[in-house]
Amino acid sequence: MTELYKLSITEAGELLRQRKISAVELTQAHLERIREVEPKVKAFTLVTDELALEQAREADKRFASGDNLHPLTGIPLAIKDVICTKDITTTSGSRMLENFKPPYNATVMERLNETGFVMVGKTNMDEFAMGSSTEHSAFFPTNNPWDLERAPGGSSGGSAAAVAAGMAMGSYGSDTGGSIRQPGSLCNLVGLKPTYGRVSRFGLIAFASSLDQIGPFARNARDATLLLQAIAGHDRRDGTSSTEPVQDYEAALSGSIKGLRIGVPEEYWVEGTQPGVVSTVKANIERLRELGAEISPVSLPHTKYGVAAYYIIAPAEASSNLSRYDGVKYGYSYRDTSDMWEAMEKTREIGFGAEVKRRIMLGTYALSAGYYDAYYKRAEKIRALIKQDFDQAFEKFDALVSPAAPTVAFKIGEISDPYQMYLQDVFTIPANLAGICGVSIPGGFNDGLPVGLQLLGNVFKEDVILRIADAFEKVTDYHTLWPNL
Amino acid sequence: MIDRETVQNVAKLARLGLSEEEVDTFGNQLSAILDHIHILQEADVSGVSPTAHASRKTNVMRVDAPEPSYPPEVLLANAPDQDENCLKVNAVLEEE
Repeated sequence: MTELYKLSITEAGELLRQRKISAVELTQAHLERIREVEPKVKAFTLVTDELALEQAREADKRFASGDNLHPLTGIPLAIKDVICTKDITTTSGSRMLENFKPPYNATVMERLNETGFVMVGKTNMDEFAMGSSTEHSAFFPTNNPWDLERAPGGSSGGSAAAVAAGMAMGSYGSDTGGSIRQPGSLCNLVGLKPTYGRVSRFGLIAFASSLDQIGPFARNARDATLLLQAIAGHDRRDGTSSTEPVQDYEAALSGSIKGLRIGVPEEYWVEGTQPGVVSTVKANIERLRELGAEISPVSLPHTKYGVAAYYIIAPAEASSNLSRYDGVKYGYSYRDTSDMWEAMEKTREIGFGAEVKRRIMLGTYALSAGYYDAYYKRAEKIRALIKQDFDQAFEKFDALVSPAAPTVAFKIGEISDPYQMYLQDVFTIPANLAGICGVSIPGGFNDGLPVGLQLLGNVFKEDVILRIADAFEKVTDYHTLWPNL
Repeated sequence: MIDRETVQNVAKLARLGLSEEEVDTFGNQLSAILDHIHILQEADVSGVSPTAHASRKTNVMRVDAPEPSYPPEVLLANAPDQDENCLKVNAVLEEE
């Protein structure tokens, strides 16, 4: 039999239910893999090996009794360190929360715990999910399993690298402007950002509340459906979570995309996109046509304002959300002064890293008197126009297709200019602004590095984009390839 | 162009301490970022209502009924300093 860590969630679930393998064996195989490759990859801020084995033993009890089984029972998964885990350190990649142990579980953790899954650890990330490389982690950068000198993307780089390296069968991240889809692209994974409101944000440490959404990383589309199904649905503790009924995502994988209308946004072929990415994505669009999809161009005229609008709106919300870190209630606290304001300013000076400070400054500036109309209010109007672009496109199309990121994985330290790093999210940001769903899927390789294809769907049409992803996998083998570690 | 004084004013609004070096770096970096963001001024937004969120909802109400909450000890477990189930902070009011 193939190594256990290489199984898909579906395959492993089958073997577990047939009792051909135990959850403890499956978990041990992953912990062994972590011991072997984690020193090179550095995907985790915390490996929860004891908890994992305890949860695996509990899962095996479920398999023994045959009761209370779920597709994720006994499946080893990794959780981005921005999702609150009760009594387990949750750092958000920041010195500010280095020792923070949440008093409660995020809603997604409650739901996952009910499935009887196994948590192998918490994963590294750009501080407070601000970044596209995981280099802004306050602790250490994560290395891309496909080339250890390169970044895995970000901000959910640890969650992506853990799955790409076989240290977890799937993982969860958060996506505010591309933080699941871009690392998914750079690490050859299926990375899904659900529709805004599809998944509860309760217990997700806030970055930009009108954009944040939790979603899964998987090595194939079918696994992604299982991971999404487990966390989707209304939660009364998140007022923005939707009461829209949750579809049966796995049942939507019909294998056929004949007659689906897929639009190719003309404005997504921008300068700065690597030629190898463009040619790979264009070849894949032809594949979708061969599978029977009706492919035609579509215009999203306000695309060019997306990054600029996002870099007003997201920092503005962040500057407000992060004002809670004042050294009083929890988190790092500067104590060597009796002056209240000095304590607060020093706490934030020492507790936050450079990228977080940059965004707090940018957001505070954009919201300050005299600039509010020129920046924040204008950005919100452009947000409305970008949403309108998508509304009009989805009147004629079932889905849209584009590159997921403008480049393949770049070298750690290669991008030093902040705005150049922001441009990593040029193709992913519009979906967050409009609240629609999107997924990046393995689309091939360029110079040995993965290239992702992005599929965008209308609100609550995760079933459509996952169906396309699954059909695409049936005629390609990129998603089955493993990095040499 | 974001000058040193503007950086210091914004940092004060955000209660964010900055080193002398950061004041210079952020001035340059924020200026460069705002140059890119300037493209927003080109867009025709006449007659457009701003959108603050992507949610399809307008407002959400719930019954205003008391529910069990966490005991103070649990919520104070992460506090940097506490006294008798209260957060302990530096003096807020200054002596005259």
